[in-house]
This record gives sequence, C-alpha cells and structure tokens, in this order.
Amino acid sequence: MSAGWSWFVIVLTLGAIGACVWLMLWARTTRVGEPGPREALGGDFDGIDELNTPLPRWWLGLFIGTIVFSLGYLLLYPGLGRFPGLLGWTSTGQHARAVEDFERTYGPIYARFAAMPLEALARDPAAIAIGQRLFANNCSMCHGSDARGGIGYPDLTDGVWKWGGTPDHIEKSILDGREGLMPPFVAAVGEDHVPAVVAYVQSLSGQRVDPALAAAGEAKFKTVCVACHGMDGKGNIALGAPDLTDQEWLYGSSAEAIAEGIRKGRHGVMPAHRDLLGVERAHLVAAYVYSLSASQSAPPPPQELSALGPRS
Amino acid sequence: MTAGGPQAAAAAAGTTSRAQRPTPGDGGATAAEVPLYAKREAIYQKEIQGPFQRLRAVTLFVLAGIFLVGPWLRWGERQAVWLDVPARKFHLFGLTFWPQDFIFLSWLLIIAAFSLFFFTALAGRLWCGYACPQTVWTKFFMWIEWLTEGDRNQRIRLDRGPWTREKILRKAAKHAGWLALAVVVGTTFVGYFLPIRDLLPRIASLQLGAGEWVFLAAASLALYGDAGWMREQICIYACPYARFQGAMFDQSTLTVFYDRGRGEPRGHRSRSADYRALGLGECIDCGLCVHVCPTGIDIRDGTQYQCIGCAACIDACDQVMDEMGYPRGLVRYTTEEALAGQPTRILRPRLVAYGAVLAVMVTVFAWALWHRVPLAVDVLRDRARLYRQTADGAVENVYTLKIMNKDQRTHAFAIGVEPADRFVLDGPRDVTVAAGAIVDVPVRVRRPAESEAPPSARVTFSVRAVDAPALLVREESRFLGPRPPGT
Repeated sequence: MSAGWSWFVIVLTLGAIGACVWLMLWARTTRVGEPGPREALGGDFDGIDELNTPLPRWWLGLFIGTIVFSLGYLLLYPGLGRFPGLLGWTSTGQHARAVEDFERTYGPIYARFAAMPLEALARDPAAIAIGQRLFANNCSMCHGSDARGGIGYPDLTDGVWKWGGTPDHIEKSILDGREGLMPPFVAAVGEDHVPAVVAYVQSLSGQRVDPALAAAGEAKFKTVCVACHGMDGKGNIALGAPDLTDQEWLYGSSAEAIAEGIRKGRHGVMPAHRDLLGVERAHLVAAYVYSLSASQSAPPPPQELSALGPRS
Repeated sequence: MTAGGPQAAAAAAGTTSRAQRPTPGDGGATAAEVPLYAKREAIYQKEIQGPFQRLRAVTLFVLAGIFLVGPWLRWGERQAVWLDVPARKFHLFGLTFWPQDFIFLSWLLIIAAFSLFFFTALAGRLWCGYACPQTVWTKFFMWIEWLTEGDRNQRIRLDRGPWTREKILRKAAKHAGWLALAVVVGTTFVGYFLPIRDLLPRIASLQLGAGEWVFLAAASLALYGDAGWMREQICIYACPYARFQGAMFDQSTLTVFYDRGRGEPRGHRSRSADYRALGLGECIDCGLCVHVCPTGIDIRDGTQYQCIGCAACIDACDQVMDEMGYPRGLVRYTTEEALAGQPTRILRPRLVAYGAVLAVMVTVFAWALWHRVPLAVDVLRDRARLYRQTADGAVENVYTLKIMNKDQRTHAFAIGVEPADRFVLDGPRDVTVAAGAIVDVPVRVRRPAESEAPPSARVTFSVRAVDAPALLVREESRFLGPRPPGT
C-alpha cells in the first residue's frame, strides 16, 4: 500500500468515526425551537403521531462503547492504512499459529506411525484409515477413489509396478515422483515396420496375432526396444519401462494404442509429494497403497472415523 | 379508547394515537436544549399475591425447573439433551440431529412462530407474562431482592437513605444472591453445550480452557445484568417480539384492561361513603396497580406496548375491590369489544386460521420426526475419469459412498446397486458403521459388455441396515459409458 492510499484510508476511517461522534453529540438533546421530548414531530401517518420519544440513557452508553471499541481495535489491529497495530497481528501469522496448533495435536499421531515400517503399518487399521483419507484427498483425482487408475494412470491394486512394488519403491514414488518417458520411435522402427512390432508386442502377453507378422516384428523389437524393455520384454523398474508380457496396459492393449505409443511415444508424470504431503503423511499414504496390492484385492473394509480420536 | 387496529399499531410503534396525544400546543417547541436520552427511572415493584400471581409462580417454577434439571438427564451412555456444537450433533433424548436435519429446526421455529400468533391473538402477551425466560429469571431476581431488601416501601427508603451498615449488608446480600443464581443458571446453560457432569468437576478443579471460562462468565454475567439491572428495559427497548405482538391484537383479543366506564371518575373516598352520590366511579385511585407493575406503567392509561400481560394489576385491584366491598374485575382480562358493550367472539376466523396452520405444522412435524430415517448416504461420483473400459468390454464407474449412521447404535449396512440386471457392484458390500460415525466407501459399478445401456444411465445405490430393514436409504447417481458404436 502506497503512502497516499495509506493516508486516504486513515483519514477516511478516522473521519467516519469522528462524524459518528459528532452526530451522537449533536443528537443528544433537542434544538431550540424543536418539539420537546414526547411531543409530536409532525407529519400524519394514518392518524398516528410520531413522538420525539427519548431513548434510554444506557443506549447512549452503547454508542459510546462501540466508538471506544473501534478506536481500541484500530490501535491494536491493522486497520489504519499501513499502521500494523500494536499487537502485530497478521493473517499469515494466525494461519501459522493454526498450523502449529494442528501439528501439536496431530503431530504425535503421525510421529508414532512414521517410526513404524510400512509392512507393519499396512496391517494397522488406524494407520490404513488415515492413509485412505489422505489418498482420497490427494491421490484419487488421478488414480481413482478405488485406486484402480485408468488410461494413463496406473492401477495401484493389481500388484504390477512399473517402478517397483517394494515398500521403499512405493514410498520413493510418492515422495519424489516419477517421470516415465518413452520417446517416439517411428523413425528408428520405420513406419512400415510398426504393425509388425505391434504384433510382436501383443504376442508377448499372449494376445492372438498373426504369427508371421509377429515374427517379422521380433527383429526390430530386439534391436530398438530391448534397451529399455529387455530381451524378454519384462521391462525395467529402474527406468519405469513396463513389463510387456503381463495383462496390465497403462495405455491399452489394442493394436491402435500400442502403435500410437511406438509412433508418438508416451510421457507420464507422477508429481513429487514430499513438499505437498510431508514425509510423515506420505509414509501413511505409502502404507495404504502398499496394503492395496499386498492383499491383491479390493481396498480393505474402511475404518470408522470415530475410531481415530480427534476429528481431522 | 380508539379502534383496535390503529391503537394496536400505535402500541407497536411506540407512538400514541391522536386521541391520547398529550395536551397539544403545550410548549410544542422547546425554548432550551432538553436531553433526548432519558435516565432510567427505578421501578420499585410491590410484591402482590393473587390467583394470577400463583399461576405465574407455578409456570415460572416449572419452566425454571425444566431448565435446571435438563442437562442432568441421561439417555443411555450420554447426556439426554446435549448440543454438541464442535461435533455438529444435537442430541435430544433418543434422537440425534445432524446439520443435514436443519429442516426440523426450521419447522420447529415455524411452529413456535404460529404458536406465538395463536396465543397472542387469543389472550395477548401470554408468552411475555408467563413463559419468557426474561420474565422467569427477572421474577426470581425480584424475589431475591424482596428477601434481602424488603418490599417496595422499604426498598425506596433504603435507596434514599444514607449508606449505613445495614444498607451495605442488605445490598451485598442482594448482589451475592443475584450472582449466585446467575452462576447456577449460567453454568446450567453452558451444561447444555458441554456435558455438565464433566463440566462441574472441571470448574471445581479450575481446568477449563480460556474460551470455556469466557462462555461461562458471559452466560452468568448476562443473566446478572439482564434480570438484575436491565429488566423491563429489555422488554421495552430491545425485544422485537414485544413490539410485533402488539400488531396481532384485535378487538376480540383477551387482554389486561382497566374498565374505564366502571372506574371513572376515580377518586379517594371512605369505605362507607356512597361513591355514586359523590359522583365517583369505582376506582379509588390507590395507585396499587401502578406499584405492582414490573414495567412501571399505569394500566388505567389504556393498552400500552410496555405491558407484558403479567396480570399483577388484576390481582392488586381485586384485593382492593374486595376490601372496599365492590365487585372484582375493575382491571380484568377482557376484550375491547366487551368493554364497548359489544358481543365478543373469541373463536373468530383469524384465530381459527392460526390454529389450523399450527395444527397442520405440528402434525407434519410429528409425522416427519416419526418417519425420520437415522441414516444418510451421499454418493460422490469420481469426476476425473468419466468411465473406464476393461479388456473384456465392460464399463466401470467409480463412486465414493459416504454412509452416515445417525442412529444410536452400530449397524452393519448392506450396499446394493440397481437395476441389478444391468449393473454389478464391485468392492465391499458390507460395511459396519458405529453410532454417529461417517464412513467413506469407494465402490465400483461395472456394466458387463453384454448389457445394453445408453451413454448416461440412472444408477441407484441402496444402503440398508442388515439388522433393521427400515433403516434404508436409496440414493441416485449417474452411470456414464461410451456411446455405442455407430451413433
């Protein structure tokens, strides 16, 4: 706020309060020549007179009280332009205090869980309940409320992991994110050879394809694709290169989807959540995610909120 | 007296009708500045006995008793009446209201409003005179004042006299009594919000939080200031109901009236005198009706907006009439029509209409409360992805069911999806939810490849308590899928 605006606000605010004081004092008594107390003010309202009836004096006290309050408020809190107020209150400071209070209340709960290994947390119903809610609030937008993902977003319940499915791998994926990049290979493969490579890739996971076409694609696959997907097509978790022999397809298993991947490449990003969630919350999310595939089934029965003590 | 309409309006507006205008032309303009804020004139209400005051004592004690006992009642494991604001749950005996049940509060307020209309049209300010908490606690404070400082004349003498030891002691005793009652009532009030059996030990051991101390002090001091110091000032200057009740009076409303025709001209006389020969009415102008009035008005000036309808002046005047050997009822509950010698019809269309609306509202409220299902389900459809196609051609939609068990005990709920010939539910079908808890259940609805459906179809979730079939909620949502090929 510039000095000019600051003074504008100060003058306007104090001027308004001063005007209220003046009005209050001015209206405190009748003027000479005006109707006295309990006398008609004039004007006809369906035969009813409006009288100059005095207010009780404590009402004047209320007026004075509000003015004193407003001046006290302006002295203590920021309200007069750039004057910060004697208490030094700020909205960001209040937010910081609220966060501190929150951490004091819930910090110990998270701290207790943070010290436990993921395998143990995945069997702790209270931890899973918190993890589930953190997942619902932070992860379900992409991975779905049931964590089964969709086109471009991995299914977290199927036990298939492009970046590794150990607790450490999962936690690292959440904390630091992952970037899966398959470059466009139409130049390296050659447009004419794309259908053959597609057929070979489909054959890896047992899809029914033209054996001759697949055989024709194998050579190209073993010169171009093996660098990441490996000789047997089982992928590489260090690169996030998917296993092509299983039934799980991030972008679909149809010939068109695979051909598009080869021609144009694929680029998937899981953002890092270290700063968004914090390490302790991410730990609980990791435990929940780990529990989903550890049981190889649908999410475990949800836990009741009431079992968790303080409301979140 | 003028007709009820304008007069009632005048009473409501704090103005006076032209007929009652104070001597016009009498210094219509002031020659000097006169304060327009009036000092409160102390009212020394005289304690009075009588049938109406006995009736009031009964209602006051019953109402105060209900209030004071309320938070001590138990219902199962918890306080029977507990307004748990932090948890947003209002417990009322066997019922627990959640924010979603706000409609019941609206209905209750509508019922309260129509009750006010009905009873005010019937017999004036019954609420103010007999039931308002302001009246109840003010009367208790007046009794403490009466016990410590004596009746009207003694109090006037005490206030005018010098500060003697006795005066200090009596005043101290009065304020101590007021404060003690205020703390009891204030604590009880807080006890409706913070369970009182837990609150009292925490007060005793000084273990309340700062906010709780403020709440407790504010509730107690508000009552002390209100029932001790402000009293009729609240009714006259602050209470909106006091004002708009005046607009509900009509000529057939039973109200506290002074029978002007019988009483005037008023004047002193000896008991044995033949007042008719003296040219007097039956009012002996003793002023007792003014002395007993808690708002300090003279009922003989006609219906006034300050009158709270406590009927103290009726009891006072009847005593005087008895002593004088005159018939009772110079001040009585009557109607403007009756006073004017016209027939009064209490059961008039306006009252019948208020009564009918009130009866309908009460019936609807009771019916809705009786049929209230203490279970709520919200269906939140995953929005990021419209649908998911599986390798075998099925279409899946994902939803989160929020199951809110508003009942008093834990239930196991069975989740179903309809129409069952089109959709299959994947995910948990049985969920246990504790009393008063909310559970989020992610569920997946699958439409098998062979099932025909439009791109957007209605899907209905049913959540039913396994052990209580009446505890059933159906909630609708949409199931989205791809357009069938060729459309």
